[in-house]
Amino acid sequence: MTNAIAVRPQGAMRLHGRSLMAFVLTPTTPITDWLTEIDKRRRTSPAFFIGRPIILDLAAVSLNESQIGELITELAERGIRVMALEGTEDDRLGPSLPPVLKRGRSTGSEALGSSSDKGAARTPRRQEPSSLLIENPVRSGQSIIFPNGDITVLGSVASGAEVVAGGSIHIYGTLRGRAMAGSMGNPRARIFCSKNEAELVSIDGYYRTAEEMDASLRSRPAQCWLENRVLAIAPLD
Amino acid sequence: MSEAASMAKILVVTSGKGGVGKTTSTAALGAALAQAGQKVAVIDFDVGLRNLDLVMGAERRVVFDFINVVQGVAKLSQALIRDKRLETLWLLPASQTRDKDALTEEGVASIINELRGQFDWVICDSPAGIERGATLAMRFADTAVIVTNPEVSSVRDSDRIIGLLDSKTEKAEKGQRVDKHILITRYDAQRAARGEMLNIEDVLEILSTPLLGIIPESEEVLRASNLGSPVTINNATSAPARAYLDAARRLKGDDVPMSIPNDRKGLLDKLFGRRAA
Repeated sequence: MTNAIAVRPQGAMRLHGRSLMAFVLTPTTPITDWLTEIDKRRRTSPAFFIGRPIILDLAAVSLNESQIGELITELAERGIRVMALEGTEDDRLGPSLPPVLKRGRSTGSEALGSSSDKGAARTPRRQEPSSLLIENPVRSGQSIIFPNGDITVLGSVASGAEVVAGGSIHIYGTLRGRAMAGSMGNPRARIFCSKNEAELVSIDGYYRTAEEMDASLRSRPAQCWLENRVLAIAPLD
Repeated sequence: MSEAASMAKILVVTSGKGGVGKTTSTAALGAALAQAGQKVAVIDFDVGLRNLDLVMGAERRVVFDFINVVQGVAKLSQALIRDKRLETLWLLPASQTRDKDALTEEGVASIINELRGQFDWVICDSPAGIERGATLAMRFADTAVIVTNPEVSSVRDSDRIIGLLDSKTEKAEKGQRVDKHILITRYDAQRAARGEMLNIEDVLEILSTPLLGIIPESEEVLRASNLGSPVTINNATSAPARAYLDAARRLKGDDVPMSIPNDRKGLLDKLFGRRAA
């Protein structure tokens, strides 16, 4: 029963993936004119670059290592911190320069606000749906898997059924089968059910079987969460 | 068997688990519907392990079977066996010498289609398990009776079967729903009172499916099987027979209040060990 869950050995280092939106600046020659243009934009929207991850795309210019260093210094003086480089052949740049990125994907462009800071708050990409609603009971032998977010089940989850979510799991009926939350590596995910008869609950790979649950936690509303890499279960009533 | 009155309802009697009373319930419900004047065909899908012919008392009259019809060896009218007691009750026996690989979806579909125009009810007695025989028995069902004993393994298997009814049937694939009913069999009121059985509320809560009836545990069921007679014919006033007759009326859409019939034994019967038969 336990071999279905990948459990990380205690004390082992845990690596997590992270994806975020970075902004790409593409300098053009002559560089001095391009910097003047940047200055002009900064005057109209002074907060635009602050705290934003910036990638410098050098595809349109040919600069050597020291010239790249100078450009980064110029940008730093303007409050623009470059986290990575792109579009340069030379991936053996010195350790003082930011790392070179490869295989980045474009997600569309955002116009630098010319009149106000409104553009800074916009999300350029459409949001993926982040929850799944199951209106029927989940029957024995069925498996509901939703890596992109939360799962809400209106009915019960039967013995021998499983619900696997990248986010949290909410079960308004009785949980008699398995619930695995945070399956893509999310320790903040939780499991809620209005009656706990679970065979197994797991969050971010840490699990507990029915046998390891205190009898006082059974047959009542409960929630499960991760606390210092220990799966905690508490009654909700 | 000539004039096509209306389109038959296709009913599957299924359970997942074996030995819970599918065949007994198929025979009893089929006979009960026929006793109410409905034209009924019962089909044994348990190819290789057929039993329905025995329970119906027709084993000595089997000439052709389901597989013969599928393969074109016999016509459907040659394979159907008419019940000796009830004019409107017919049996299509399974083949005992073949296995379930002999069943094809096209073959089952053509037989069901042919029966649909000739009967009011076509009752498919599913084999145990969730393999080919069971999935083909439920494949074309409009309605399902899930036979469940009040104990955990039977209930979990029933839940699995309900999941299949909601996904693997023709209706489910068209986005429609198979009508599902729970029939609780082998219910022992005394053991339930002592907490030795799951109670009815627990079973229905777990399965979240409406109840068709509760059949009490009774020697009458075994006696009827051994005599080759559906319990509703053999002893229509016995507790299990009354429970099946009520269940059949509910299937027809009648509003029958739910009760658990029991056999009351008189003092004299108890003293002399006799039964009111």
